[in-house]
Amino acid sequence: MAKIVLKGNGAVALAIKMARVDVVAAYPITPSTFIPEKISEYVANGEMDAEFIPVESEHSAMSACIGASAAGLRAATATSSQGLELMHEMLFIASGMRLPIVMGVANRALSAPINIWCDHQDTISARDTGWIQFYAENNQEAFDLMLIAFRVAEDERVLLPAMVGLDAFILTHTFEPVDVPEQREVDDFLPPYRPKHAYLDPERPITQGSFVYPEYYMEFKYGQWIAMESARDVIDEVFADFASRFGRKYEKVSTFMCDDAEIVLITMGSLSGTVRHVVRELRNEGIKVGVAKITVFRPFPHKEIIRAVKNAKVVGVLEKNVSFGFGGAVYGEVLATVHGEGLDTKVLDFIVGLGGRDVRVEDVKEVVKICSDALQGKAVDKINWINVDKEAVKNA
Amino acid sequence: MPENFEELELFAPGHRGCAGCGASQIVRWILKIAGPNTICVSATGCLEVFSTPYPETAWRVPWVHAAFENAAAVASGVEAAMKKMGKDVNIIAFAGDGGTFDIGFQALSGMVERGHNVLFVNYDNEAYMNTGIQRCSSTPYGAWTTTSPPGKLTIGKEQRKKPIAAIIAAHGAPYVATATIAFLEDLKRKVKKALSIKGPKFLHILQPCTTGWRFDPSLTVTISKLAVETGVFVLWEVEDGDFDNKFRITYKPKKRKPVIEYLKLQGRFRHIINKPEIIEAIQREVDEKCAKYGF
Repeated sequence: MAKIVLKGNGAVALAIKMARVDVVAAYPITPSTFIPEKISEYVANGEMDAEFIPVESEHSAMSACIGASAAGLRAATATSSQGLELMHEMLFIASGMRLPIVMGVANRALSAPINIWCDHQDTISARDTGWIQFYAENNQEAFDLMLIAFRVAEDERVLLPAMVGLDAFILTHTFEPVDVPEQREVDDFLPPYRPKHAYLDPERPITQGSFVYPEYYMEFKYGQWIAMESARDVIDEVFADFASRFGRKYEKVSTFMCDDAEIVLITMGSLSGTVRHVVRELRNEGIKVGVAKITVFRPFPHKEIIRAVKNAKVVGVLEKNVSFGFGGAVYGEVLATVHGEGLDTKVLDFIVGLGGRDVRVEDVKEVVKICSDALQGKAVDKINWINVDKEAVKNA
Repeated sequence: MPENFEELELFAPGHRGCAGCGASQIVRWILKIAGPNTICVSATGCLEVFSTPYPETAWRVPWVHAAFENAAAVASGVEAAMKKMGKDVNIIAFAGDGGTFDIGFQALSGMVERGHNVLFVNYDNEAYMNTGIQRCSSTPYGAWTTTSPPGKLTIGKEQRKKPIAAIIAAHGAPYVATATIAFLEDLKRKVKKALSIKGPKFLHILQPCTTGWRFDPSLTVTISKLAVETGVFVLWEVEDGDFDNKFRITYKPKKRKPVIEYLKLQGRFRHIINKPEIIEAIQREVDEKCAKYGF
């Protein structure tokens, strides 16, 4: 094991190399461009025995990954924002064909207006595509979760594609020390991919991607449902195995000071560190607040969310996405989970950090203030936009 | 070419293609020439729908389909995979004209530019037939489709057909050719030649559609033949995009027939048959094109 200083993008590229991916097809987009650059460099120098396809669009990137994965090889790509949207159609097809492609996604805002900075609207909008979704808090997590994603995706009980989100610039372009295992250790953790269901071999001809009539379509979809449900246990198994090999323990939802918390804040991605910092401070002031960080968003960790919030009176969801006409997507899912369990916990939504707007300590404190008001029975809004100039919008 | 190609049937009978559909014949003959060491990729379209109604399949070679616009990109991935495994396999992509001229054009251009070792076959029935006869950039001037209807203000499709084979050849593709099933020996030779060349190859095969062109299913081959005999569709091949030195007309009609003989058999041209100025315009354009080709 060696400590290497890596950008988030470098961590993703290195994980793809160390996972011995056979085919990488990718298209540049800010801020994930460095990933295909680095991989093409690995391949050009003979450091990585793979085919790199410099495709002419993200749609073709995913299509070529589908071709390579249908041929029975390990395939991966990376993209961001508009690129993920352009391949959106193919995301459904990758999961519907049960091809365990792995993708790193630099989480970036969507146009319009065009903006290259961080939020989660891109991957959240891919929520229903049938991909497993992981979100990294730092570069170590980005590296580890990429390796974990391959193991989970390729498990015969799962066979679904997986994406790992890392925050644009905050992680993609920031250098951090990353513990990188030996190649031999990665090989032991991630054995070669030998699919029994998807291959293109003239000795054993099969048809993949056929036309399916109503009498079979729902069974295909139910198969995907079962696979995603199975992924719950598989993810736990793989997290445990990863921890035993590399000493880093992952959880679908990791909690911080939640046990006695009256207020639990829910986060995803790099924001979590700031929120934990504020929680530590507020604890000193006697405010009983905790943090639950979602690392796995699909399959949605119902059980783990309940475990995290069961003693809380108020749950505040901080999220970098919005579904216009409803609220944040994470809020909707947490709300359904909590109330579906019969808890009368108040759930509030806080839209933060869209398009790279900094989420500052005072913003998190404002969130806690609103949650505290709710705790004291004061009337508060369910959906709250934080650090936004509302007057400017009214006057526009 | 496999020795047993006469009896070798890698595209099984019993599929759900229309009576008189040439697409199945195109696939059947190409697979006979290519043999079993072949992987096929299809775009969404008639061929994919009629040949793979789950749990049945007409394909006796490995086959994969993902979407409408990306047969070339999927084939690129398959080719990269075969290269990685060190396998020497024919990779053939089939797409209709929508999946080639229009929605599939970008992926095709990318595949050819990157030089993937794939034979891309376009079966061109000159409209979106799978969705029910809508105009495409492959649809010829004057033709009726459901989205280029002749009306008080229009004659049908008002634009000319996109010269797809020349455009692909202009990428510098090692081999590009046009063909029809009416000239089977020519088609067989071109498939054989294409598969003997490394890199991206493109075959543009005219595929008269009995339902969309509105003719009797018995006339598919007759109309294919007339397309060539009138000069509407010219059989040629070119290597490396070198039209000056490596271009060849592979069949020259001894005496070109007037275009009306081709047009009058097809319901899609019925509204222009009695409009001499339009027929003359079509004839003039064919004459000019053939003059360039030297016949």
